[in-house]
Amino acid sequence: MIVGALRELVLRRNLLYMVTWRDIRVKYKESVMGMLWAVMMPVVIVCAGMIVKLAFAMSTGKTLRMLDVVSVAVKAVPYAFVVAAIRFGTASLIANQDLVTKIYLPRLVFPLAAVCSQLFDFCIAAVVVTVFLTVAGVGVSAQLLWLPLLIGTLILLASGLAILLSAATLFLRDVRFIVEALLTVAIFFTPVFYAPTAFGRWAPLLMLNPVSPILEGLSTVVIDHRAPALPWLAYSAVFSLALCLFAIVRFKQIEPLFAENI
Amino acid sequence: MSDHALEVQGVSKRFRRGEKHSSLRDLLPALTRKFLRSGPAPARESQGFLALDDVTFQVNRGEAFGIIGGNGAGKSTILKLLTGIMQPTSGKIRIAGRVSALIEVGAGFHRDLTGRENVFMNGAILGLSRQEIEKRFDAIVAFSGLEEFIDTPVKRYSSGMFARLGFSVAAHVDPDVLLVDEVLSVGDYVFQRKCVERMNAVIASGVTIVFVSHNLRELANLCPRSLLLEKGRLQMIGPTEDVIRTYFGRGQLPRVADASSGVLITKVSVQDEHGPGVEFASGCKLFITIEVQGHVRHDDMSVVVQILDDHQYPVFDTCTQRLGAGEITIDRDQTLRCTFEVDNLLAQGTFHVNAYVHRYLTNLPYDRWMSAATFFVSGAPEARGVVTLHPRLAELEIMPTAAAGGDADAASRG
Repeated sequence: MIVGALRELVLRRNLLYMVTWRDIRVKYKESVMGMLWAVMMPVVIVCAGMIVKLAFAMSTGKTLRMLDVVSVAVKAVPYAFVVAAIRFGTASLIANQDLVTKIYLPRLVFPLAAVCSQLFDFCIAAVVVTVFLTVAGVGVSAQLLWLPLLIGTLILLASGLAILLSAATLFLRDVRFIVEALLTVAIFFTPVFYAPTAFGRWAPLLMLNPVSPILEGLSTVVIDHRAPALPWLAYSAVFSLALCLFAIVRFKQIEPLFAENI
Repeated sequence: MSDHALEVQGVSKRFRRGEKHSSLRDLLPALTRKFLRSGPAPARESQGFLALDDVTFQVNRGEAFGIIGGNGAGKSTILKLLTGIMQPTSGKIRIAGRVSALIEVGAGFHRDLTGRENVFMNGAILGLSRQEIEKRFDAIVAFSGLEEFIDTPVKRYSSGMFARLGFSVAAHVDPDVLLVDEVLSVGDYVFQRKCVERMNAVIASGVTIVFVSHNLRELANLCPRSLLLEKGRLQMIGPTEDVIRTYFGRGQLPRVADASSGVLITKVSVQDEHGPGVEFASGCKLFITIEVQGHVRHDDMSVVVQILDDHQYPVFDTCTQRLGAGEITIDRDQTLRCTFEVDNLLAQGTFHVNAYVHRYLTNLPYDRWMSAATFFVSGAPEARGVVTLHPRLAELEIMPTAAAGGDADAASRG
């Protein structure tokens, strides 16, 4: 079933490309600043992170380390990607009702295109962060070779959730609100503006959030030039892969019911 | 390898009746009820209804095949099953080759994108690769006739332009099996002719076509063979003309009788000299009989009969008042029978009868019965259109152009 689904996607790659392109194009088309927004958003996120860090430092009396500030940038941008991909992915099938009910096409393209279009923003943001890191004097090392695995896991996780939640939304409209509520509070349970060590012995609990090991891994690899915590990373990777496969199987199983349940 | 492009084998489709649980607010009480096993089972968990009931048919490779049926007969459901949008509850569907559907043209157009961008988008939706779209792009735009507006966002298009572009993309997909639902009526008259020509070209190129339309004249022109559906059940498969005849032979539409105005049209029938029927020869005499029952006394009535063509476009009407009958009076418990005799100058096609009881001198109806009767006119092979003007060939002569002189020149310029 998975092979069939993936083969269909490869056959219809032009469709996936076009839907992604449309999502990106429509998003920026009518705005005055256009694509500049894709650059602005990560700048805003990084600035917000710096302010939070500054506030922490002032209230606790610790000295502000440059690396901490940079670390926030490295974690906040991927986090923003995951949140946006889940939010956008969840709504993707509903947003494309017309196509889902009127024409046959592999519906998997909708949540995947939603993730891909956010990935586009993420890539632009990554450039901004790279510039920022270079200015901050963060060097390069062989540890950067972990990046593809880390980001790949992140994409897998986001895709799995987008696929599963987009289908669930068709059958139960409440899913959107639940997702929205969870995403709003998720920032408190993800080590973006703080390190998990701040939680002392509860830190492992925080790492159960599959996004946490990836963000921590990114920070370790990019800023500290050390290898990521492998057991946690393995946990995230296996979790994401399993979720993604399960999502595709489940999605394909209930796909025939989409048109009459929307 | 069979020669069928498309096989439908014992296909049924059951839909749920009524609301489903689409939010937690509905689901939670339902689950609680189920859990506690108390309270009456909600009505929504009933059996549902069969939109299609054990339908079997085959379409040959390269055949143009029609599906005929009234509203709710299951035509669209069949198409949705054939495209794969829905799965049948039971039965098998087998299709050889790439399927494309001319259903809801322009679905997937995004308002903010330009015509050009939407062509590429829609092409991808219909299964074309980028190279295939690029290859067809000029032909698509030329067909739509929207060259000037191709870089304008489609939200500024009129609905006709929108549909034209949608049809143009869909008509250039080159599938093995093409499903067409009620789309040949987009755009203006010129574009409609273009659509029909395109369909004929597609049929000639050997593509298998399944065609659904309420425009039975068009359907009869395109498809030699058709099936008739009624309430999800297959009634007959055969030559399209026979199927259409059977379809109209099934009698009058049920009508909600409302006698609150005091009079009620109870019967409308059409017959020729040989008696009632559904098919009449062009050129015969027709008798249209309308019966009106009085429930309250009215002394200011006139009876109107109207004949409409296949598109529900009025072709002809007349009334007792114009025929010199004056105000008609009927009392309660009286029935008025009124027969109009007309010369059947109609050309081959399908026609509907509307009957009205009006207040004399005004157009306020006491009662009306739309599409009260439907009949089919045959014969008049010399005529296409709504009526036959009894054409005769008055002159047919071939001569040298010079001999015809300035007259021919003037005519060709005019």
